[in-house]
Amino acid sequence: MRLAGHGLRCVRGGREVFAGLDFAAVSGEALAVMGRNGSGKTSLLRLIAGLLVPAGGTIALDGGDGELTLPEQCHYLGHRDALKPALSVAENLAFWADFLGGERFEAIESLAKVGLDHATHLPAAFLSAGQRRRLSLARLLTVRRPVWLLDEPTTALDVAGQDMFAGLMRTHLAAGGMIIAATHAPLGVDSRELRIGGAA
Amino acid sequence: MTALSALIRRDIRIALRVGGGALIGVLFFLTVVVLMPFAIGPDLALLSRLGPAILWLGALLASLLTLDRLFMADHEDGSLDLITMSRTPLELACAAKALAHWLAAGLPLIVATPVLGLLLNLDMVATAAVALTLLAGTPALTFTGMIGAALAVTLHRGGLLMAVLVLPLSIPVLIFGVAASQAVIVGPMTFGAPFSILCALSLVSLVVGPFAAAASLRHGLD
Repeated sequence: MRLAGHGLRCVRGGREVFAGLDFAAVSGEALAVMGRNGSGKTSLLRLIAGLLVPAGGTIALDGGDGELTLPEQCHYLGHRDALKPALSVAENLAFWADFLGGERFEAIESLAKVGLDHATHLPAAFLSAGQRRRLSLARLLTVRRPVWLLDEPTTALDVAGQDMFAGLMRTHLAAGGMIIAATHAPLGVDSRELRIGGAA
Repeated sequence: MTALSALIRRDIRIALRVGGGALIGVLFFLTVVVLMPFAIGPDLALLSRLGPAILWLGALLASLLTLDRLFMADHEDGSLDLITMSRTPLELACAAKALAHWLAAGLPLIVATPVLGLLLNLDMVATAAVALTLLAGTPALTFTGMIGAALAVTLHRGGLLMAVLVLPLSIPVLIFGVAASQAVIVGPMTFGAPFSILCALSLVSLVVGPFAAAASLRHGLD
Protein backbone atom coordinates (compact mmCIF):
# COMPACT_ATOMS: atom_id res chain seq x y z
CA MET A 1 0.00 0.00 0.00
CA ARG A 2 1.38 3.37 -0.97
CA LEU A 3 -0.06 6.81 -0.30
CA ALA A 4 1.33 9.62 -2.41
CA GLY A 5 0.54 13.26 -3.02
CA HIS A 6 1.81 15.30 -5.96
CA GLY A 7 2.03 19.04 -6.41
CA LEU A 8 -0.45 19.70 -3.61
CA ARG A 9 -1.58 23.26 -3.21
CA CYS A 10 -3.66 24.44 -0.31
CA VAL A 11 -5.42 27.78 -0.06
CA ARG A 12 -7.26 28.78 3.10
CA GLY A 13 -9.05 32.05 3.64
CA GLY A 14 -7.54 33.46 0.43
CA ARG A 15 -3.99 32.78 1.66
CA GLU A 16 -1.79 30.14 0.06
CA VAL A 17 -0.64 27.83 2.85
CA PHE A 18 1.65 25.67 0.72
CA ALA A 19 2.13 24.82 -2.93
CA GLY A 20 3.95 22.17 -4.92
CA LEU A 21 4.06 19.77 -1.97
CA ASP A 22 5.01 16.16 -2.71
CA PHE A 23 4.94 13.33 -0.20
CA ALA A 24 4.81 9.56 -0.16
CA ALA A 25 4.43 6.87 2.46
CA VAL A 26 4.22 3.09 2.27
CA SER A 27 2.79 0.38 4.54
CA GLY A 28 4.61 0.03 7.82
CA GLU A 29 5.99 3.53 7.63
CA ALA A 30 5.40 6.56 9.80
CA LEU A 31 5.69 10.00 8.30
CA ALA A 32 6.27 12.85 10.74
CA VAL A 33 5.06 16.13 9.29
CA MET A 34 7.13 18.92 10.82
CA GLY A 35 6.99 22.67 10.39
CA ARG A 36 6.44 25.86 12.32
CA ASN A 37 2.98 26.96 13.48
CA GLY A 38 0.77 27.86 10.54
CA SER A 39 2.92 26.06 7.98
CA GLY A 40 -0.01 23.82 7.01
CA LYS A 41 0.55 20.56 8.91
CA THR A 42 -3.08 20.25 9.92
CA SER A 43 -4.19 21.39 6.45
CA LEU A 44 -2.18 18.57 4.87
CA LEU A 45 -3.82 15.98 7.14
CA ARG A 46 -7.26 17.40 6.39
CA LEU A 47 -6.52 17.30 2.65
CA ILE A 48 -5.71 13.59 2.94
CA ALA A 49 -8.82 13.01 5.06
CA GLY A 50 -10.98 14.66 2.39
CA LEU A 51 -12.02 17.39 4.83
CA LEU A 52 -10.40 20.08 2.66
CA VAL A 53 -10.46 20.30 -1.09
CA PRO A 54 -7.00 20.81 -2.62
CA ALA A 55 -6.59 23.90 -4.80
CA GLY A 56 -4.26 21.84 -6.98
CA GLY A 57 -2.48 18.50 -7.16
CA THR A 58 -3.59 14.95 -6.44
CA ILE A 59 -3.57 12.42 -3.61
CA ALA A 60 -3.78 8.71 -4.41
CA LEU A 61 -3.71 5.49 -2.44
CA ASP A 62 -2.40 2.45 -4.31
CA GLY A 63 -3.08 -1.04 -3.05
CA GLY A 64 -5.84 -0.19 -0.60
CA ASP A 65 -9.40 -1.50 -0.67
CA GLY A 66 -10.63 -0.62 -4.17
CA GLU A 67 -14.23 -0.42 -2.98
CA LEU A 68 -13.53 2.37 -0.53
CA THR A 69 -12.39 5.96 -0.92
CA LEU A 70 -9.22 7.18 0.78
CA PRO A 71 -11.03 9.01 3.63
CA GLU A 72 -13.02 5.85 4.36
CA GLN A 73 -9.75 4.00 4.99
CA CYS A 74 -8.37 6.68 7.30
CA HIS A 75 -8.65 7.39 10.99
CA TYR A 76 -8.44 11.10 11.68
CA LEU A 77 -7.41 12.15 15.17
CA GLY A 78 -7.67 15.92 15.28
CA HIS A 79 -7.41 18.53 17.99
CA ARG A 80 -11.01 17.87 18.90
CA ASP A 81 -11.85 14.54 20.43
CA ALA A 82 -15.30 13.87 18.92
CA LEU A 83 -16.66 12.86 22.33
CA LYS A 84 -20.08 13.65 23.75
CA PRO A 85 -19.91 14.76 27.40
CA ALA A 86 -23.39 13.40 28.15
CA LEU A 87 -22.45 9.85 27.10
CA SER A 88 -20.32 7.44 29.08
CA VAL A 89 -16.88 6.27 28.00
CA ALA A 90 -18.29 2.94 26.79
CA GLU A 91 -21.22 4.60 24.97
CA ASN A 92 -18.95 7.05 23.16
CA LEU A 93 -16.69 4.27 21.95
CA ALA A 94 -19.57 1.94 21.05
CA PHE A 95 -21.18 4.67 18.98
CA TRP A 96 -18.08 5.27 16.87
CA ALA A 97 -17.50 1.54 16.46
CA ASP A 98 -21.08 1.06 15.22
CA PHE A 99 -21.08 4.18 13.08
CA LEU A 100 -17.70 3.74 11.41
CA GLY A 101 -18.33 0.07 10.69
CA GLY A 102 -15.94 -2.32 9.02
CA GLU A 103 -13.65 -4.74 10.82
CA ARG A 104 -13.73 -4.15 14.57
CA PHE A 105 -12.22 -5.38 17.79
CA GLU A 106 -13.54 -5.67 21.33
CA ALA A 107 -14.11 -2.20 22.77
CA ILE A 108 -13.24 -3.29 26.31
CA GLU A 109 -9.85 -4.59 25.16
CA SER A 110 -9.11 -1.28 23.44
CA LEU A 111 -10.06 0.55 26.61
CA ALA A 112 -7.74 -1.73 28.60
CA LYS A 113 -4.90 -0.96 26.21
CA VAL A 114 -5.28 2.78 26.71
CA GLY A 115 -5.80 2.39 30.45
CA LEU A 116 -9.46 3.42 30.66
CA ASP A 117 -11.09 0.06 31.43
CA HIS A 118 -11.77 1.14 35.02
CA ALA A 119 -13.90 4.09 33.87
CA THR A 120 -16.24 2.63 31.27
CA HIS A 121 -19.40 3.95 32.92
CA LEU A 122 -18.08 7.41 33.69
CA PRO A 123 -19.66 10.20 31.59
CA ALA A 124 -17.07 11.71 29.24
CA ALA A 125 -17.75 15.11 30.83
CA PHE A 126 -15.74 14.00 33.87
CA LEU A 127 -12.65 12.92 31.93
CA SER A 128 -9.43 14.93 32.03
CA ALA A 129 -7.84 16.17 28.80
CA GLY A 130 -5.39 13.24 28.83
CA GLN A 131 -8.17 10.72 29.45
CA ARG A 132 -10.20 12.20 26.60
CA ARG A 133 -7.20 11.75 24.34
CA ARG A 134 -6.84 8.14 25.52
CA LEU A 135 -10.49 7.51 24.74
CA SER A 136 -10.06 8.84 21.19
CA LEU A 137 -7.06 6.55 20.81
CA ALA A 138 -9.30 3.64 21.81
CA ARG A 139 -11.43 4.49 18.76
CA LEU A 140 -8.40 3.92 16.53
CA LEU A 141 -7.86 0.52 18.12
CA THR A 142 -11.49 -0.62 18.07
CA VAL A 143 -12.15 0.04 14.39
CA ARG A 144 -9.48 -1.15 11.96
CA ARG A 145 -8.34 1.43 9.43
CA PRO A 146 -4.99 1.11 7.60
CA VAL A 147 -4.11 4.80 7.55
CA TRP A 148 -3.87 6.86 10.75
CA LEU A 149 -3.84 10.63 10.38
CA LEU A 150 -2.75 12.08 13.71
CA ASP A 151 -2.67 15.77 14.53
CA GLU A 152 -0.28 16.35 17.44
CA PRO A 153 -1.39 13.07 19.00
CA THR A 154 0.72 13.25 22.14
CA THR A 155 -0.57 16.57 23.48
CA ALA A 156 -2.19 16.14 26.90
CA LEU A 157 -0.71 12.64 27.32
CA ASP A 158 1.56 12.06 30.33
CA VAL A 159 4.95 10.33 29.95
CA ALA A 160 3.46 6.88 30.57
CA GLY A 161 0.70 7.69 28.10
CA GLN A 162 3.22 8.68 25.44
CA ASP A 163 5.08 5.38 25.92
CA MET A 164 1.78 3.49 25.71
CA PHE A 165 0.90 5.37 22.53
CA ALA A 166 4.31 4.70 20.96
CA GLY A 167 3.71 0.98 21.60
CA LEU A 168 0.29 1.16 19.93
CA MET A 169 1.79 2.91 16.90
CA ARG A 170 4.53 0.26 16.63
CA THR A 171 1.88 -2.49 16.67
CA HIS A 172 -0.12 -0.68 14.00
CA LEU A 173 2.95 -0.24 11.78
CA ALA A 174 4.01 -3.87 12.28
CA ALA A 175 0.55 -4.96 11.10
CA GLY A 176 1.13 -3.12 7.83
CA GLY A 177 -0.53 0.13 8.82
CA MET A 178 0.55 3.62 7.90
CA ILE A 179 0.84 6.71 10.08
CA ILE A 180 1.00 10.33 9.03
CA ALA A 181 1.40 12.56 12.04
CA ALA A 182 1.72 16.31 12.40
CA THR A 183 4.00 16.84 15.35
CA HIS A 184 6.50 19.10 17.08
CA ALA A 185 7.82 16.52 19.51
CA PRO A 186 9.48 13.25 18.46
CA LEU A 187 6.84 10.62 17.71
CA GLY A 188 8.48 7.84 19.69
CA VAL A 189 8.60 5.46 16.72
CA ASP A 190 10.98 5.26 13.77
CA SER A 191 9.69 7.80 11.33
CA ARG A 192 10.62 9.68 8.22
CA GLU A 193 10.47 13.44 8.38
CA LEU A 194 8.46 15.60 6.02
CA ARG A 195 9.28 19.26 6.45
CA ILE A 196 6.83 21.84 5.14
CA GLY A 197 7.00 25.61 5.06
CA GLY A 198 10.79 25.95 5.38
CA ALA A 199 12.79 25.70 8.60
CA ALA A 200 10.95 25.19 11.86
CA MET B 1 -28.14 0.49 8.67
CA THR B 2 -26.18 -0.19 11.85
CA ALA B 3 -24.41 3.12 11.37
CA LEU B 4 -27.65 5.08 10.93
CA SER B 5 -29.44 3.44 13.84
CA ALA B 6 -26.36 4.06 16.00
CA LEU B 7 -26.47 7.74 15.05
CA ILE B 8 -30.20 8.01 15.79
CA ARG B 9 -29.84 6.22 19.13
CA ARG B 10 -26.91 8.43 20.13
CA ASP B 11 -28.68 11.68 19.29
CA ILE B 12 -31.87 10.68 21.10
CA ARG B 13 -29.88 9.57 24.14
CA ILE B 14 -28.02 12.89 24.27
CA ALA B 15 -31.27 14.85 23.85
CA LEU B 16 -32.95 12.99 26.72
CA ARG B 17 -30.07 13.28 29.18
CA VAL B 18 -29.56 16.21 31.52
CA GLY B 19 -28.82 19.35 29.54
CA GLY B 20 -30.27 17.84 26.36
CA GLY B 21 -32.77 19.73 24.24
CA ALA B 22 -35.84 17.49 24.35
CA LEU B 23 -37.34 18.70 27.62
CA ILE B 24 -36.42 22.35 26.99
CA GLY B 25 -38.56 22.36 23.84
CA VAL B 26 -41.63 21.03 25.62
CA LEU B 27 -41.21 23.45 28.52
CA PHE B 28 -40.91 26.36 26.10
CA PHE B 29 -44.03 25.18 24.24
CA LEU B 30 -45.86 24.93 27.56
CA THR B 31 -44.76 28.42 28.60
CA VAL B 32 -45.77 30.09 25.34
CA VAL B 33 -49.20 28.48 25.32
CA VAL B 34 -49.86 29.11 29.01
CA LEU B 35 -48.98 32.79 28.61
CA MET B 36 -51.40 33.34 25.72
CA PRO B 37 -54.70 33.24 27.71
CA PHE B 38 -53.25 35.80 30.12
CA ALA B 39 -52.44 38.14 27.24
CA ILE B 40 -55.68 37.63 25.33
CA GLY B 41 -58.05 37.64 28.28
CA PRO B 42 -60.85 35.35 29.44
CA ASP B 43 -62.89 35.44 26.21
CA LEU B 44 -63.46 31.71 25.72
CA ALA B 45 -64.86 31.98 22.19
CA LEU B 46 -61.88 34.05 21.08
CA LEU B 47 -59.46 31.62 22.74
CA SER B 48 -60.90 28.59 21.01
CA ARG B 49 -60.86 30.42 17.68
CA LEU B 50 -57.18 31.36 18.13
CA GLY B 51 -56.27 28.03 19.77
CA PRO B 52 -54.92 26.14 16.74
CA ALA B 53 -52.86 29.14 15.64
CA ILE B 54 -51.36 29.54 19.11
CA LEU B 55 -50.53 25.83 19.37
CA TRP B 56 -48.94 25.87 15.92
CA LEU B 57 -46.89 28.99 16.61
CA GLY B 58 -45.76 27.55 19.93
CA ALA B 59 -44.74 24.28 18.31
CA LEU B 60 -42.93 26.12 15.51
CA LEU B 61 -40.88 28.23 17.89
CA ALA B 62 -40.23 25.31 20.24
CA SER B 63 -38.96 23.10 17.42
CA LEU B 64 -36.65 25.89 16.22
CA LEU B 65 -35.30 26.41 19.71
CA THR B 66 -32.98 23.41 19.72
CA LEU B 67 -32.59 22.93 15.98
CA ASP B 68 -29.63 25.29 15.56
CA ARG B 69 -27.51 22.89 17.62
CA LEU B 70 -28.31 20.00 15.26
CA PHE B 71 -24.96 20.20 13.46
CA MET B 72 -23.21 22.88 15.49
CA ALA B 73 -22.53 20.59 18.47
CA ASP B 74 -21.05 17.91 16.20
CA HIS B 75 -19.02 20.54 14.39
CA GLU B 76 -17.56 21.94 17.59
CA ASP B 77 -16.41 18.63 19.04
CA GLY B 78 -15.05 17.26 15.74
CA SER B 79 -17.71 14.55 15.31
CA LEU B 80 -18.83 16.12 12.06
CA ASP B 81 -15.36 15.53 10.54
CA LEU B 82 -15.62 11.82 11.26
CA ILE B 83 -19.21 11.65 10.04
CA THR B 84 -18.15 13.33 6.78
CA MET B 85 -15.25 10.88 6.32
CA SER B 86 -17.28 7.77 7.09
CA ARG B 87 -18.74 5.16 4.74
CA THR B 88 -22.26 6.40 5.42
CA PRO B 89 -23.37 8.93 2.78
CA LEU B 90 -23.62 12.38 4.35
CA GLU B 91 -27.19 12.76 3.05
CA LEU B 92 -28.33 9.69 5.00
CA ALA B 93 -26.47 10.82 8.10
CA CYS B 94 -28.24 14.21 7.87
CA ALA B 95 -31.61 12.49 7.48
CA ALA B 96 -30.87 10.26 10.49
CA LYS B 97 -29.91 13.25 12.62
CA ALA B 98 -33.09 15.12 11.63
CA LEU B 99 -35.21 12.05 12.36
CA ALA B 100 -33.59 11.69 15.78
CA HIS B 101 -34.23 15.38 16.48
CA TRP B 102 -37.87 15.02 15.49
CA LEU B 103 -38.33 11.92 17.67
CA ALA B 104 -36.69 13.59 20.67
CA ALA B 105 -37.96 17.17 20.31
CA GLY B 106 -40.95 17.09 17.92
CA LEU B 107 -42.91 14.10 19.17
CA PRO B 108 -43.09 15.34 22.81
CA LEU B 109 -44.75 18.55 21.53
CA ILE B 110 -47.51 16.49 19.93
CA VAL B 111 -47.96 14.45 23.10
CA ALA B 112 -48.29 17.68 25.09
CA THR B 113 -50.88 19.18 22.73
CA PRO B 114 -54.02 17.56 24.30
CA VAL B 115 -53.10 18.99 27.71
CA LEU B 116 -52.50 22.45 26.30
CA GLY B 117 -55.72 22.28 24.27
CA LEU B 118 -57.61 22.39 27.60
CA LEU B 119 -56.06 25.77 28.42
CA LEU B 120 -57.25 27.17 25.11
CA ASN B 121 -60.84 25.91 25.44
CA LEU B 122 -60.50 23.46 22.58
CA ASP B 123 -62.87 20.48 22.58
CA MET B 124 -61.76 16.89 22.01
CA VAL B 125 -62.25 16.91 18.25
CA ALA B 126 -60.44 20.21 17.78
CA THR B 127 -57.51 19.08 19.93
CA ALA B 128 -57.25 15.84 18.02
CA ALA B 129 -57.27 17.79 14.74
CA VAL B 130 -54.45 20.06 15.92
CA ALA B 131 -52.43 17.10 17.18
CA LEU B 132 -52.91 15.31 13.86
CA THR B 133 -51.84 18.34 11.82
CA LEU B 134 -48.80 18.76 14.08
CA LEU B 135 -47.94 15.11 13.56
CA ALA B 136 -48.10 15.61 9.79
CA GLY B 137 -46.49 19.04 9.74
CA THR B 138 -43.66 19.08 12.29
CA PRO B 139 -41.42 16.76 10.19
CA ALA B 140 -41.48 19.51 7.55
CA LEU B 141 -40.35 22.05 10.16
CA THR B 142 -37.47 19.80 11.27
CA PHE B 143 -36.31 18.83 7.79
CA THR B 144 -36.40 22.37 6.36
CA GLY B 145 -34.92 23.70 9.58
CA MET B 146 -32.07 21.26 9.11
CA ILE B 147 -31.00 23.22 6.01
CA GLY B 148 -30.71 26.33 8.13
CA ALA B 149 -28.79 24.39 10.79
CA ALA B 150 -26.30 23.21 8.17
CA LEU B 151 -25.90 26.75 6.82
CA ALA B 152 -25.28 28.00 10.35
CA VAL B 153 -22.29 25.63 10.53
CA THR B 154 -21.02 26.66 7.11
CA LEU B 155 -21.28 30.36 7.86
CA HIS B 156 -20.04 30.03 11.46
CA ARG B 157 -23.12 31.83 12.75
CA GLY B 158 -25.61 30.19 15.02
CA GLY B 159 -28.89 31.02 16.65
CA LEU B 160 -30.48 34.11 15.24
CA LEU B 161 -29.33 33.66 11.63
CA MET B 162 -30.86 30.23 11.65
CA ALA B 163 -34.24 31.59 12.81
CA VAL B 164 -34.15 34.31 10.13
CA LEU B 165 -33.37 31.73 7.45
CA VAL B 166 -35.82 29.08 8.52
CA LEU B 167 -38.91 31.00 9.60
CA PRO B 168 -39.80 32.20 6.07
CA LEU B 169 -39.48 28.62 4.83
CA SER B 170 -41.95 27.43 7.43
CA ILE B 171 -44.73 29.85 6.39
CA PRO B 172 -46.46 27.35 4.04
CA VAL B 173 -46.42 24.69 6.75
CA LEU B 174 -47.95 27.13 9.22
CA ILE B 175 -50.66 28.25 6.77
CA PHE B 176 -51.84 24.78 5.87
CA GLY B 177 -51.40 23.38 9.37
CA VAL B 178 -53.62 26.05 10.88
CA ALA B 179 -56.04 25.95 7.93
CA ALA B 180 -56.62 22.22 8.36
CA SER B 181 -57.21 22.61 12.11
CA GLN B 182 -59.56 25.56 11.59
CA ALA B 183 -61.50 23.57 9.00
CA VAL B 184 -62.46 21.09 11.72
CA ILE B 185 -63.38 23.75 14.27
CA VAL B 186 -65.23 26.44 12.29
CA GLY B 187 -65.54 25.12 8.74
CA PRO B 188 -66.65 25.61 6.05
CA MET B 189 -63.54 24.33 4.24
CA THR B 190 -62.89 20.63 4.14
CA PHE B 191 -60.17 19.16 6.33
CA GLY B 192 -58.79 16.99 3.53
CA ALA B 193 -57.44 19.60 1.13
CA PRO B 194 -55.14 21.60 3.44
CA PHE B 195 -54.16 18.42 5.29
CA SER B 196 -53.08 16.75 2.02
CA ILE B 197 -50.98 19.78 1.12
CA LEU B 198 -49.46 19.71 4.62
CA CYS B 199 -48.50 16.05 4.13
CA ALA B 200 -47.06 16.89 0.71
CA LEU B 201 -44.93 19.66 2.22
CA SER B 202 -43.56 17.20 4.77
CA LEU B 203 -42.78 14.61 2.11
CA VAL B 204 -41.02 17.14 -0.11
CA SER B 205 -38.91 18.41 2.77
CA LEU B 206 -38.03 14.82 3.75
CA VAL B 207 -36.46 14.43 0.31
CA VAL B 208 -35.00 17.89 -0.26
CA GLY B 209 -33.79 18.64 3.29
CA PRO B 210 -31.07 15.97 3.64
CA PHE B 211 -29.60 16.72 0.19
CA ALA B 212 -29.56 20.48 0.75
CA ALA B 213 -28.07 20.12 4.23
CA ALA B 214 -25.38 17.68 3.04
CA ALA B 215 -24.50 19.96 0.13
CA SER B 216 -24.17 22.89 2.51
CA LEU B 217 -21.98 20.91 4.92
CA ARG B 218 -19.72 19.69 2.10
CA HIS B 219 -19.39 23.21 0.75
CA GLY B 220 -18.43 24.48 4.15
CA LEU B 221 -15.61 21.96 4.77
CA ASP B 222 -12.63 23.56 6.38
